[in-house]
Amino acid sequence: MRFNTTNITMLSLGGVIGVIGLALLFTFERLPVQSVQTNFRGTGAATVLNPRTQALLTAANQPPEAPEPADATGERAREIYENVPVLGHLSVEQFGRIMNVMTTWLYPGEGENLGCNGCHVPGNFAAEDMYQKHVARRMIQMTMALNSEWTAHTQNAGVTCWTCHRGNAVPLNVWSEMPVAQGANFLTRPGEQNRPAPLAGYASLPTDAMTSMLWGDNEIRVAGTNQHPRPESRTSIQQTEWTFSLMIHMSSSLGVNCSFCHNSRNWADWEQSPPQRLNAWYGIRMVRDINNTYIESLRDRFPPHRLGPLGDTLKTNCTTCHQGQNRPVNGALMIQDYPELLPAPGTALPPRLGPAADQRAEVAGPRAN
Amino acid sequence: MAILNFEKKYRVRGGTLFGGNLFDFWVGPFYVGIFGVATIFFSVVGTLLILVAAAGGDTFNPWRINIAPPDLDYGLRLAPMALGGYWQVITICALGAFGSWALRQAEIARKLGMGMHIPVAYGVAVFAFFSLNIIRPLLMGAWGHGFPYGIFSHLDWVSNVGYQYLHFHYNPAHMIAVTLFFTTTLALSLHASLVLAAINPGKGRDVKGAEHENSFYRDFIGYSIGTLGIHRLGLFLALGAGIWSAICIVISGPFWTRGWPEWWTWWLKLPFWAHM
Repeated sequence: MRFNTTNITMLSLGGVIGVIGLALLFTFERLPVQSVQTNFRGTGAATVLNPRTQALLTAANQPPEAPEPADATGERAREIYENVPVLGHLSVEQFGRIMNVMTTWLYPGEGENLGCNGCHVPGNFAAEDMYQKHVARRMIQMTMALNSEWTAHTQNAGVTCWTCHRGNAVPLNVWSEMPVAQGANFLTRPGEQNRPAPLAGYASLPTDAMTSMLWGDNEIRVAGTNQHPRPESRTSIQQTEWTFSLMIHMSSSLGVNCSFCHNSRNWADWEQSPPQRLNAWYGIRMVRDINNTYIESLRDRFPPHRLGPLGDTLKTNCTTCHQGQNRPVNGALMIQDYPELLPAPGTALPPRLGPAADQRAEVAGPRAN
Repeated sequence: MAILNFEKKYRVRGGTLFGGNLFDFWVGPFYVGIFGVATIFFSVVGTLLILVAAAGGDTFNPWRINIAPPDLDYGLRLAPMALGGYWQVITICALGAFGSWALRQAEIARKLGMGMHIPVAYGVAVFAFFSLNIIRPLLMGAWGHGFPYGIFSHLDWVSNVGYQYLHFHYNPAHMIAVTLFFTTTLALSLHASLVLAAINPGKGRDVKGAEHENSFYRDFIGYSIGTLGIHRLGLFLALGAGIWSAICIVISGPFWTRGWPEWWTWWLKLPFWAHM
């Protein structure tokens, strides 16, 4: 080969492309991978997993060891302690057990604002001065509801404080309304679109879908029910992108993909969907209930530093519990070891929604397609 | 009939890929050859198997016939006929027919003393099929990752497999492949309109040739790729489209298990210039 300018230019160009190509190889994952079929064979529906990532996830999601079960007989906590409206029905031993384990779940360690001091005025456990105590009380009510009214989603696994908190006073994966970024580049649009955001799986999709659909109860279903568009069944591109954004959030949170719950040939049709979709449908309603009935009801209790920049509370989404797994905490049956977090006998409300719920309340439910 | 005289000259036995002269003859205009026979064999067996498999399904509606690969649980083993075995044998027949067809092209080209551009180009299309139903299933460890044989069903498969990665348009190789597909049609339409313009100047005017074609593009964009070059470019674009499609599906799963939008986060991990 003669070394003229053209050859040298071509060689350098080839070299640069080669180096960039080689560098990009390191951005991919590697074999072997695992896959689990999620629908009829040949539909292309499968969960695809990287076993190395799965091993890390499993290690990061180990459930804490449960303390010895407590004797449920004997004197009731309300006969001994003051100000125990939510857990007063427990035996004294059960009450002590759950208080103890809650400190390790939320405020591990000892010292200022740690251990019992996370929620209690030191030396005066009955005092109602700390906002944390009021929040904890409401959260215990919520946990009891999730383990009784919402078993359509929590199933036999149930939830404890650990499911979300994992040793933190504030769960790591929470969200609040965010102001539109100022000074961002010219591509940024309202709704935070066109900025890589984990909440939207880094896609160019709106990142405020949760305000609309996990705090508000805006319609998620955007597929038309008629062959041709009609005024009553028209949905905007923005609505559709909200839905796509929310669905990408659900998929990423659970470490699955769209085919875990849907057959994409007809997203809306329940007949063709894997059964997991039913559980997810209840999950969305459950998260709305958590955010509205429980967390937002505490807005006035929280100090400003526990609120989002726009003054709303730090709310939950699918990641708050799931953290990359379709069964949170490695699928541990959380509630089995903690009967203290079930509603007091005789006070449990019937399931909000689900097979056992009053079917008359189901008019707008999943069967109405 | 100069062409026919020419054909007479080359239509002689010999020059086959295997040597010998088994099936080395023509039927009417068609060259048969050992690979023509092999193509017919695999096509007939494959088509009959499709009909048999369809008879075991619930419809003969040609849009809705669906011959699906085995469940993922069968891994890389053979499945019972009715549970994906038909799909496996039909896949073998398809590859036998496609491969024989390519070799028949090679044999004819060899007899004519031509280059191997045609079988190589066709081979890229076969490679795309091979990637989808052989390479990727092998890498992922189950024949069940192949696409089903059916007009609607294979489209549904494409849709669901795309959504396995949440948003397939973020797949970088898919982006390149789609760009090449569109550019192929752009190049073909530019080329075809140029040729038709040169030879259709209007009634009573002289037909124009390559010099006019080159002049048009030099005036238009300052450069003409030339009469031979446009065909090199066309083949490059078309084969590139096929090759990058094969790459985009082979990396989906074996080399990336998450949503494709997330792949681009390597950019966010770059030093300062990523945030400018």
